[in-house]
Order: sequence, then C-alpha cells, then structure tokens
Amino acid sequence: MDLNMDLNAPHSMGTTIIGVTYNGGVVLGADSRTSTGMYVANRASDKITQLTDNVYVCRSGSAADSQLVSDYVRYFLHQHTIQLGQPATVKVAANLIRLLSYNNKNMLETGLIVGGWDKYEGGKIYGIPLGGTLIEQPFAIGGSGSSYLYGFFDQAWKEGMTKDEAEQLVVKAVSLSIARDGASGGVVRTVVINSEGVTRNFYPGDKLQLWHEELEPQNSLLDILNSPSPEPMNI
Amino acid sequence: MNFMASKQPENSLLGPESDSQRTLYPYVTGTSVVALKYKDGILMAADMGGSYGSTLRYKNVERMKAIGKHSLLGASGEISDFQEILRYLDELILYDNMWDDGNSLGPKEVHNYLTRVMYNRRNKFNPLWNSLVLGGIKNGQKYLGTVSMIGVNFEDNHVATGFGNHLARPILRQEWHENLSFEDGVRLLEKCMRVLLYRDRSAINKLQIAKITEEGMTISQPYSLKTYWEFSAFENPTQGAVGSW
Repeated sequence: MDLNMDLNAPHSMGTTIIGVTYNGGVVLGADSRTSTGMYVANRASDKITQLTDNVYVCRSGSAADSQLVSDYVRYFLHQHTIQLGQPATVKVAANLIRLLSYNNKNMLETGLIVGGWDKYEGGKIYGIPLGGTLIEQPFAIGGSGSSYLYGFFDQAWKEGMTKDEAEQLVVKAVSLSIARDGASGGVVRTVVINSEGVTRNFYPGDKLQLWHEELEPQNSLLDILNSPSPEPMNI
Repeated sequence: MNFMASKQPENSLLGPESDSQRTLYPYVTGTSVVALKYKDGILMAADMGGSYGSTLRYKNVERMKAIGKHSLLGASGEISDFQEILRYLDELILYDNMWDDGNSLGPKEVHNYLTRVMYNRRNKFNPLWNSLVLGGIKNGQKYLGTVSMIGVNFEDNHVATGFGNHLARPILRQEWHENLSFEDGVRLLEKCMRVLLYRDRSAINKLQIAKITEEGMTISQPYSLKTYWEFSAFENPTQGAVGSW
C-alpha cells in the first residue's frame, strides 16, 4: 500500500458498526480498531457512545468528527431532558445527530447509527450516513466493514428475534467483518438497550468463532512440536 | 483518511471545499421519478431505493410525499436534501394553514416556491441536489411540473427525472393521451418503470405508485414488477457468434 501514509494522518475509524432491533429493544455492536493510516492507534476503542441513559450511538468514519458530533448531541440532549422533564426519545436524539451531520455536510466525515429504547416507540434504530440523511431501519450496518455484511444480513436477518438471537447475530456479523476488513479488528463490543436498562458486553478477539482459513491460536510452535502424535486407528 | 480526499484537480478555481456552504457531490441518492396526468388527476411512480454510490444501500426509502391537500412531491437525487425540502414545505404549509382564510396553496404555487428555492441555491453555488416532480389538482385544474437542481422548471402532461427522461418520456410521448383511465395510467407507468428496472443500474424492484385527485392523495403499498427473461436469444446469445456477448 501507500508507504507515504504517515502517522500524522487523521485518525479514522475504518470500522464495522451495527444496530439491530429485536422484540423488546435494540442491540448495538462494533469492532474496536482505530487506525491512523496503516498503524492501529487504538486496538481497544469503544465506538458505542452514550448520549443519554436510554440512547447510544455507534460511531464510524473520522474519530474526531464523530466524537465532536456525539459530544454536542449529548450536551443538547441533557438540556432537552431537563426542559422536557422526562427521558428524551430515540427519535429526538437521531434528529439532533442529523441536524449536525446535514448542516455541516461539507466538513464532516462520519456515519452514525443511533439506537435506544423509549416508552413511546420501544426499541428503534436510526441510520445517519454521510450527507445527513435520516433513515429509520429495523437494522442498520455502517463503516468500512459493512460492505462485507450486506449479503450476510440479507440472508440472516429476521423480524422478531429474541434478545439472545439478536446479540449473537451482531457478534457473528462483526466477527465476520473483522475477518475480511483490514480496517476493522480487536474486540467486539455490544450494548443491549431495553425497558429494563442497558447492558454492555465484551467479546475478546481470541474468543470469537474461527472462520475460513483461520487457525486455532497456540502459545508457541513448540507446543505443536511437542504434542503427542495422533494415535493410529484400529480397524 | 487521505483516500477519501476531494476530487478537485490541482488547478481548480473552486477554492477550499470546507468553504462555508457548498455541496459538491451527493451521497445517498434516489433514481428516476415518472409522472403523468390522467382523467381524475396525477399518477406518479418511484422506486424505493436509496443508492450509496454503486451500492444499493437502502431499499425502503419513500421518495414521494403529499404536500398540503392538493399536491404530491416526488424527488430524485440526494435524499438528505429531499428531507430538508420537506421541512421547508412543512413550514410553508403550516403558515398557509395559520392564515385560516379558507384558501390553501395549490400545486402551481408550491411548484413556484420550489423553483425559487432551487434557483436561488444554485446561484449561491450550493444547490439542493435533487430533481423534483410536483403534481396535483385543485378545483378541477390538473397541474404537473418539474424543477431541477439548477432551477430549470417547466410543466407538461408527463414528466420524469434522471434516466426516466431518456427511457420513460419517449414511451409516454407515444402512448399518453388526454383522459387516460386510472387503469391505463397505472399500466403505462408500470411499462415505464419496467424499462427503467431493466436498464437503470440504480433502480430496484420495489416501487410505489401515488395518485392525487380532488378527493386527496393515496400511495400504494410497495410492490414488485414481473420481469421477462425467457427469450431464446437470451438463453443462447452467442449461438451465431461464439465469443461475443
């Protein structure tokens, strides 16, 4: 690749981000790689950021842009919650993100997935890609790694999954994406949001399922060499 | 990331891209809208696709919306700009209703408003990246017009945006006539949409047809068209010329 890519290149989250609704709430998922050109600046970043108690956002694209946008929206939502006297809705959070993304479309480079639960509409996912389009979806995928997941979701997604089915789907998807996208990697983080609250989960890279042409990790070659050879079979 | 840097050549006179407000390229786009006048009003068709470059990313985008009591707006181009236009129109209709004078904005007025908005944005080099189709009927008068992102506007008995101009309009020029029935209008639009499905790479097979009459606006549920592939020439295209396509 380009050897002139320097370490001062803007931090970018070549990323995989996912948001999925299920019967009772939403599951958000992401990888944990932040890259500066070819170098992995942070191998354990947290791309799922809190906006309010009940609304989170998955960030992709420029790390700086996505952090600023979510910081501003967290600030606005905080004030909105005080003025409203009750938790903000997912729709309001998504619209605030959209407002910033659309009105600054020439300067920002960030794609976001807003997900949460409120008492009016239940679990909702909103995708806000580059340009600032706001689009409500039963599930959303984003980031550079999402290219590898369109086919997977076309086949694997179903309406009305349980919480565990939804979470397993998200983990599997991020894991598949990490296998093929150089800009995604590290651990899989998920956040489950429903009427009961928010649960964060952590799936370390070495505990994920192995895919095609991936091998079981070993401590050392020496362990392989020293392991007993397989027993001959008896007919 | 430098890979995603702008497409400006080195000797460009356009100035830095982060200049206050200057949209230079669309991201999420809708493809053709086709519309025609028929006996009772206007029929309009658009698919539900939102493309992201060459990826058919979103397949549930409604690109036609009712405006007030008398108008129907269909849009192709950047979806975020279309969403913003709907907000402008929401405000326009709200203020119109607040007058509470028994009068309401008709399609001709809404079309004129949109034309002014599009043209003035073009003059500031910051266009709303859409081609719009505005149709409606008020007091028996049918109206069907279009505005482009540079402010070109006109009205006609049938209009289309994007690829529709090249593929659908010729069909409509041949087969449209005054006082089409609803059934004939729908079949004619479907004929156009099918050609677009065959020949437009950004078309998807999931469309809606909207109808606006004196009674009001209805939009169909999303549906798909049958397509025809069983021709012997398709099954054996290189029989006469092996190696060709």
